[in-house]
Amino acid sequence: MNMEVAHTREEDKDLLKVAGEIDAYTAPELREALVPLTEKEGNLVVVDLENVDYIDSTGLGIFIGALKSAHNYNGDLKIIGLNERVHRLFSITGLDEVIDIGEEREEAK
Amino acid sequence: MGDAYLRLQEQYRKILNQYLENKNEQGLYHAQQFSKKVLENQISPEEVVSLHLSTLEESFPDIPKGAQDSFEFLLEVMIGYGLAYQEHQSLKDRQRELESEIDVAANMQQTFLPSGIPEPEDLDVGVLSVPASKMSGDYYHFVHDENDCLGVAIADIIGKGVPAALCMSMIKYAMDSLPEQRLQPADLLANLNRVVEQNVASNMFITMMYGSYDVRAHTFQYAGAGHEPGFYYSAEADEFEELSAKGIVLGIKRHAEFREYQRVVAPGDFIVLLSDGVTECRTEQGFIEREEITRLIRNHMHLSAQEMVNHVFHELEKLQGFQLRDDFTLMILRREV
Repeated sequence: MNMEVAHTREEDKDLLKVAGEIDAYTAPELREALVPLTEKEGNLVVVDLENVDYIDSTGLGIFIGALKSAHNYNGDLKIIGLNERVHRLFSITGLDEVIDIGEEREEAK
Repeated sequence: MGDAYLRLQEQYRKILNQYLENKNEQGLYHAQQFSKKVLENQISPEEVVSLHLSTLEESFPDIPKGAQDSFEFLLEVMIGYGLAYQEHQSLKDRQRELESEIDVAANMQQTFLPSGIPEPEDLDVGVLSVPASKMSGDYYHFVHDENDCLGVAIADIIGKGVPAALCMSMIKYAMDSLPEQRLQPADLLANLNRVVEQNVASNMFITMMYGSYDVRAHTFQYAGAGHEPGFYYSAEADEFEELSAKGIVLGIKRHAEFREYQRVVAPGDFIVLLSDGVTECRTEQGFIEREEITRLIRNHMHLSAQEMVNHVFHELEKLQGFQLRDDFTLMILRREV
């Protein structure tokens, strides 16, 4: 399965757009792209999952690692654009209590 | 080794001359057979070239010097292949070694799981756990205590394979070392959470559903740590409901609290606990719906709990083309009528 990550630096945050599937095979690539951004002091990292239709538990693990890393550097991690399936996963695992996963899936701009 | 080489040399001379005389299919067949033998005897490509040259020199003492030298040249070219081949061989050996080590570990892991299924009065229990590869990240556990309560745990460790298996052994020992007196499900999860939080890497976590079935009162108390919801089948309503228990996965927050739920279990009712390998079963058409699982269970409801889980597994395995993508664990507890 494939995954693509696109990074843009915006005024006050780093935005990471992910497309495809996040599973045990693609997760390392996401970690490499995501974790260094969380290691900047006081940085806000936003991950847009609008084009992600599947995440497995390894993928969730990446986000948890990134969240802890962001907190260590006084920054924060926010995840947006979750589809129903992915949203359910964050909600079942209770991770919506610790990670800001935005509101509903955002409309395409 | 020297003997074997001489024998091969002898044989090569024979089949090459035969071929040069007759130039037929039979000769080519001999060449293929010889090729297998060369591999078996770990003869390198450059040795085969040199074998060819010496045989040629014997049979045609006056081959042109240029042709002869070209074989020396070819021999040099083949040395690279020879080295690659040697490396390939040693990797193959190394892989065989690793595989047998993993087999040992997988066998050891099997001993972490309960060896038998409890058979309390009036309760029919069935369970099946199948790893996607050799090592499993799923775990289940039974404790039948002296108060006639059956404790059941089902857990899924993030990821698969060796790291998940290592983590699972920690969970097993943590559960074994919990205090003797029975803990309520929510307290048990809070306890385990502390152990996991302090002992695993920051991107690892464990989901678990823990329940305690009181065999005398027929109540089921349970709590969940981010685990895939199960099902509750009510015989009176003839319906399946989702059995969910909200709570954060183990290993994320240092001080997590878990909510406890309770159900009164009527005769014929049953509880289905599962890992996400069951619900995240993926076919060519995409993921199956949770309703598909309840449909499969319903089809086999007339059977014993163990036969039910076995049948559901076989049908889901068939749906996925006999290729599990994730570890599979399914457990059913049914109050007998």
